[in-house]
Amino acid sequence: MIKSIMIVGVGGQGTLLASRLIANVLQNKGVDVKVSEVHGMSQRGGSVVTYVKYGEKVTSPVINRGEADIIIAFEQLEAARYVSYLKKGGKMIVSTQKIDPMPVITGNAFYPEEIIEKIKALGIDITAVDALESALQAGSAKASNVVLMGVLSKVMDAPIEAWMKAIEECVPAKFIDLNKKAFDLGKNI
Amino acid sequence: MKKLMLGNEAVARGLYEAGVTVVSSYPGTPSTEITEFVANYDEIKAEWAPNEKVAAEVAFGASFAGARSFFGMKHVGLNVAADPLYTAAYTGVNGGCVLAVADDPGMHSSQNEQDSRHHAIAAKVPMLEPSDSEECLFFTKKAYEISEEFDTPVIIRLSTRVSHSQSLCLLSDRDEISNKPYVKNPAKYVMMPANAKNRHVFVEERTEKLRAYAETSPLNQTIDNNTKIGVITAGAAYTYAAQALGDNVSYLKLGFANPLPVKLIENFAKKYEKIYVIEELDGIIESHCINLGINVTGKALFGYLGELSQEIIADKILGEKLPFDEFSESVPVRPPVMCAGCPHRGVFYALSKNKVRVSGDIGCYTLGASAPLSSVDTTLCMGASVSGLHGMNLADPDGASKTVAVIGDSTFMHSGITGLVNIAYNQTNSTVIVLDNSITGMTGHQQNPSTGINLKGDVTAAVNIEALVKAIGIKRVRVVDPYNLAETEAAIVEELAAPESSVIISRRPCALLQYVKHIPALEIVVCNGCKMCLKLGCPAISNKGGKAEIDRTQCVGCGICSEVCRFGCIKNGGVN
Ligand code: SF4
Ligand code: SF4
Repeated sequence: MIKSIMIVGVGGQGTLLASRLIANVLQNKGVDVKVSEVHGMSQRGGSVVTYVKYGEKVTSPVINRGEADIIIAFEQLEAARYVSYLKKGGKMIVSTQKIDPMPVITGNAFYPEEIIEKIKALGIDITAVDALESALQAGSAKASNVVLMGVLSKVMDAPIEAWMKAIEECVPAKFIDLNKKAFDLGKNI
Repeated sequence: MKKLMLGNEAVARGLYEAGVTVVSSYPGTPSTEITEFVANYDEIKAEWAPNEKVAAEVAFGASFAGARSFFGMKHVGLNVAADPLYTAAYTGVNGGCVLAVADDPGMHSSQNEQDSRHHAIAAKVPMLEPSDSEECLFFTKKAYEISEEFDTPVIIRLSTRVSHSQSLCLLSDRDEISNKPYVKNPAKYVMMPANAKNRHVFVEERTEKLRAYAETSPLNQTIDNNTKIGVITAGAAYTYAAQALGDNVSYLKLGFANPLPVKLIENFAKKYEKIYVIEELDGIIESHCINLGINVTGKALFGYLGELSQEIIADKILGEKLPFDEFSESVPVRPPVMCAGCPHRGVFYALSKNKVRVSGDIGCYTLGASAPLSSVDTTLCMGASVSGLHGMNLADPDGASKTVAVIGDSTFMHSGITGLVNIAYNQTNSTVIVLDNSITGMTGHQQNPSTGINLKGDVTAAVNIEALVKAIGIKRVRVVDPYNLAETEAAIVEELAAPESSVIISRRPCALLQYVKHIPALEIVVCNGCKMCLKLGCPAISNKGGKAEIDRTQCVGCGICSEVCRFGCIKNGGVN
C-alpha cells in the first residue's frame, strides 16, 4: 500500500519545509519514500504543489487526480483547486487563510465564497484550522506551515518525538523553539 | 542507512564519490541544486561561470589537464554550451568529463520544452538517463567510467521530476582519483581540419563500440512479468508507467538514451504481442524502433506535449480512471507574480505608464509581462533583449525613442554584454535598462560575477557594470533607485529622448535577500478608491470591495504604492 500526501499552497508559504518535515519523519520508518517538489518560477507567489509518497516501493514521485490520501492546503483557493486529487474517502486539512491571486486583485476574476462549506458538501472529510492565528501566537506568521504539521500529526502514524527530531534537523537553530510551539498549537487544535 | 536525497543532490554526491575535482556551471531550473550541493564538498573546486559555454570550456580544459570534471545546466543552457560540446565529442577527454542537462517537460520554469536527447544524437556522445535519485548517484559514477573507457564526454539527462524529487540513496566513500598525466597530443586536441578528419573517424567507431556496450549494459534493464504487453520506456516516464501498469506488463527500461541498443530492443519486442513506447517529449525511442522495423505504439497515444503521468498512461493503455470529486465553481488561476517590494516593479510601472515597447529577457523580470503591468513585449532567450532591441531599432528607427531592453545583472553577465558591444559598434540609438538586483533571482539566489561573492561564499572581484558599459563605448550611463518612481521615470523618459545610446542601471537588491532590511509595512489610512496602487500588481495589495487593503505580513514597505496614490492615502514607513 502506498500512502500519498499532497501539500498545496502559494509560493513563499513554506510548503517545501512542510514536505521535508514529513519526509524526515518517514525516513526512519523503514519504508520507501519519495518527495517531489517545485522550484523556480511558481515559487514567486504562484500555486505550488509538493507530493510525499511512502510505502513498500514507491515508483512515480507525483500524485495524480483521485490518488491523495491526505491533502494539506495552506490556503483556501488552493484547497478548491486540488480537491480532485483527493482519493474517494481521503482527508483534507485546510488553513482558513485566503490570499488573493493577481486576477482577483486586478478585478478579472472572483474569489469563490464559502469554499470550505462547498468542499464539505461534496462529502469530503475536511478539517479547517486558523493556522495563521496559531502561528502568530507562536511568534511568527511564517510558522503556519508547522502549525499544519501539528494538525497532520494527529492523523499520521508517527510518534511526536519523530516530529520534534524532524523540526530540530530541518529548521535553523534560532527558530526551533518557535516552531516546536507552533507544532504543539497545531496538535492541540 | 539510506539517505533521502533530491535527484540533483544525488548527482552531486555521485560527482563527489567519483573523485571529481573541478565543477563549473551556470544556474538554471531544474538543474541549479547540483552545483549548490557540490559547493559543500571541500574536495571539489566548484564555481558559477558567467554562462554555460564558459562552464563547458572550463570543464573540458580541466579534463584535458587530467582531472575528472563536470558542468551542469538546464536544457536551454546546453544550446549555449553546444559549441564546445560538439567538438569535444571529437577531442574526447583525458580525465573523465560528464555534463548534466535537466529538461523541463511541462515547462514549470522554462521558455520551451526542447528534448535534450537530440543534442546527444547530434553531438554523437553517450547519454544516460536515470529515473530516480539512487540512479542519479549510480549513473553519475558510471558515466565517469564510460567517459574514460570510451574517450568521450558523457551526458546525464535529467528532468524536473527526477531533479526535484527526493528518494533514498545508499552512499559510499569518495574514490580519490589523481589527475591523469598530461601529454601534449595535438592530433587529438587541436581540432583543425586535418586532425578533425581523423577524429571524426574515431567518433563513428566509438559510437558503434558504445552501441555494443549498451546492448549488455546494466543501465538498460529488462523486467519480464510474463505478459502480453511489453513497454519500452526511460527516465521519469518509467516511474509513471510502473505505477500505472504494475506487473500487468513487462518493461524494457533504457538507462542508455544514446546510443540506443538494437539487439536488446529487437529481442524484447519479439517476446510480446503488443509493444508500447512511453517516453516524454519527442518520439526518439519510437523512431529508433520504427527504423528497426518494429511495430510500436507511442506518440499516437501520448503526444509530444508536457509531462506524462500515471493517470494518462492508465487511461490510454488500460482505459482505467480513478474516481474523484471536483470543486463546483471555476477556480481563478494563480500565476506567479513579482514579490512584494520587488525592485523591478517600479521600472515596469514607469515603462507601462509611458507605453514603452519592451524587449525582455529571462529572469524574475519576465513576470513584467503579466497583468496588470503587462509591460514586456518579447522574451526569447538569455541576452536576446539587448541584441533584439538593436534589431528592432534597425528595422524601425522611429520606434527607438519608444523602445527599451530590460535585462538582469546575471543575464547581462551571461550574454547581454556582447549584444551591447554590437549596439555600440553598429550604432543604433538604443536604450538598455540593466535591472541590477545584485543576485540571480529566479533560480533561487545564486551569486554572479557582478555581486562580488563566489559560489563558495568568498569575497571576490566584482564586475563594475558602469565602467564596463563605458568601456564598451556607451557614453550615457546612469544609475537610478527603482524605489524612487519619479527619478526612475524621469531617467527613462530622458534617455529615450537622448540622441545616442544609453544604459540605465536600476539598482536595488532583490527583496528576498536576507541582508535586505525590511522597513515597517505601509498602511492605507483612508482609501479613496482611486485604484492606482492596484496597477502595480503588488501581491500585498488587494481590492476589498473597491477599497485597497495592504497585507502587513507581506508588505516590505518599498513605498512605491504611496508614490502612485493620487490622494496620499498610503502612509507610515518610507524608504531608507
Ligand atoms: S525574487 Fe527578488 S527579483 Fe525575483 S521577483 Fe522576488 S524580489 Fe523580485
Ligand atoms: S509598500 Fe506598497 S508596493 Fe511596496 S510592498 Fe508594501 S504594499 Fe507593496
